[in-house]
This record gives sequence, C-alpha cells and structure tokens, in this order.
Amino acid sequence: MAEITIKDIIKEENLVYKKSKVLTNNTMSYCPGCGHGTAHRLIAEVIEEMDIQSQTVGVCPVGCSVLMYNFLDLDMQQAAHGRAPALATAIKRLMPEKFVFTYQGDGDLAAIGTAETIHACNRGENITIIFVNNGIYGMTGGQMAPTTLKGMPASTCPYGRDIEMMGNPLKMTELVAQLAGTYYVTRQSVHSPVNVRRAKKAIRQAFENQKLKRGVSFVEIVSNCNSGWKLPPVKANEWMVENMFPFYPLGDIKVEGQLVTK
Amino acid sequence: MAKIRGAIVVDIEGCKGCGVCIPACPQSVLDLAKEVNGKGYNYSYMKNPEACIGCANCAIVCPDGVISVYKVKVA
Repeated sequence: MAEITIKDIIKEENLVYKKSKVLTNNTMSYCPGCGHGTAHRLIAEVIEEMDIQSQTVGVCPVGCSVLMYNFLDLDMQQAAHGRAPALATAIKRLMPEKFVFTYQGDGDLAAIGTAETIHACNRGENITIIFVNNGIYGMTGGQMAPTTLKGMPASTCPYGRDIEMMGNPLKMTELVAQLAGTYYVTRQSVHSPVNVRRAKKAIRQAFENQKLKRGVSFVEIVSNCNSGWKLPPVKANEWMVENMFPFYPLGDIKVEGQLVTK
Repeated sequence: MAKIRGAIVVDIEGCKGCGVCIPACPQSVLDLAKEVNGKGYNYSYMKNPEACIGCANCAIVCPDGVISVYKVKVA
C-alpha cells in the first residue's frame, strides 16, 4: 500500500468543512477565543444550509457584536441600545415573508432592553432572538451586568457581586419562557464540539419556527468573555463550565409552546 | 493502520492563537506554533499530522472559522 501524504489529502474533493459563504472575509474584531465568533459562524451555517441568505434580515445590538454587519453577508439593521426586538418587530410586520433575527448580548437584552424583550416575547412576534450571555459588559471594560453571578468579580464590583447591595443575577431565559408568546426557548453554549453541534441544531430550529408563525424563538448562548474575566481562552471556558453552568443550566426550557418538565 | 486519514489547513493570518481547537481534538493533533503570524499570534498547526482523522471538531469550535478540514478513506 502506497503511503498517503498530506498533499494527497488536501484536495478539493476531500473537503469536509470550510468557512461558510455567508461569512465575509473580514477578520472578526473579537478577542481570541470569544464565543461571539462561533455564534456568528453557526448563524451563517444555518442560513447557508436553509438557503435563505437573500430572505434574512438581521438586527445587530450595541455591544461587542455591534460590527456584526461587517462579518455576515446579510441585510442588517442597527438598533439603538436594547431596542433590537422592537426593530425586529417592525421589520417582520412590514415584511412577513423575511426571516428576521436579533443578536443581543446580556447588557443589551437583559439590562437596557428588558422592556422591549419582554414585550416582544409577550406579543409573540414571529422572530428569532439569539441572546449571548457572558455575565459581563464585555465591550465597555467588564462592568457588572444583570447576569453577573453571585460573588463573580467585575470591574465595578472587584470584590465580587454582593447580592444584598447589587441584587440577584437575572435569568432572562427562564423569565421569557413563562410568557405565552414564546414558542421555543432554549439555552446552549459553544465551548466544545458537542455543545456547538447542539447549539447549531437549536439555531436551525429557531429559524425553522419562523415558517410556522407561532411566536418568538429564543436561543440563549452561554458564552465566555476571556478579556473581561481576565483569563486565557481555554481557562475561561473551564471557568464557565464550573461556575456559569450550575446557575445557567443548558438545555431546552420550552419546546413547541410547552414548558419542559424535568 | 487507520482507515481514515484527515488533514487541516489553517488560515495562518486569520488565526488568533486562542488555542480552543487544541482540547477539542480527540487525537491530540494540534498545537500552537513557536512562530508567530503577522499579528504576533502563535497560530495553530498540525503537530502530529499522522493522527488526524478529519473529524472537524477543531473547525467547528474555531471562533474565527480559519480551519478547513479534508478527509480521505484509505483502502
């Protein structure tokens, strides 16, 4: 048997994975190891697989992912801070045949945009919301967010979040699952291959649900912020598994309009 | 001998050297290079290319999508 060389393997016909065509060639502005990049890639792959690139309108938030329109080759709109679900409502009502999604961080969705999020979810707008939760305001320098865990240090609470003074961390995903307008609510993460595969399946489901016109599909992605957490990327993922997942457990919370009982 | 052989191509200038792909590899193929790219990052490379099975785990966790994966069946 002739020995096979690397050159024999690297041929067009043997290709099994490459970057999605929906992503542009711009280098993403995120820190090394940031979960935003993986989340963007998954959205791009789902849109490519469903072949809806020309029918999709995205709404970018304010935060690290504010420059999302430079990385995805889609029609995008920029919303004011926290107002992405309100803007997505308008887009979907004016163009009901389009696939509309918002992509928001925890500072955007759970703090400044709480009202818009809750009311869009309660009205049952037929949109997809992708919520990236890293427990911190990443872009502005790692300040405490509503989702910051108890005892978790941030630049505005260097000794850790004190529940008595700063209140409890907010579980936005469980909150919107209680509302009648949500159809599919799930929490995923993108730190390991198996979780990336599950998250992709969830995002695919969330986009497919728009065809059914049954209400909001809400996908939370628990992510890292290695710069804000002041950890190297792989260590940040380990910290996330140890500390974030006990409070933000992964899995489906509401499927086909019914709460999942565990 | 392994029945399936794989190989990856890393877009060296796009790699940010985060190293997330290294624990994702079940065959311990990957490592960060001693050399740096134009931005000063130690990019990911195949340290042990014979062991690669083309599972694409490294590529699906890569936040920057810089890894392309090739796979071939060896008769």
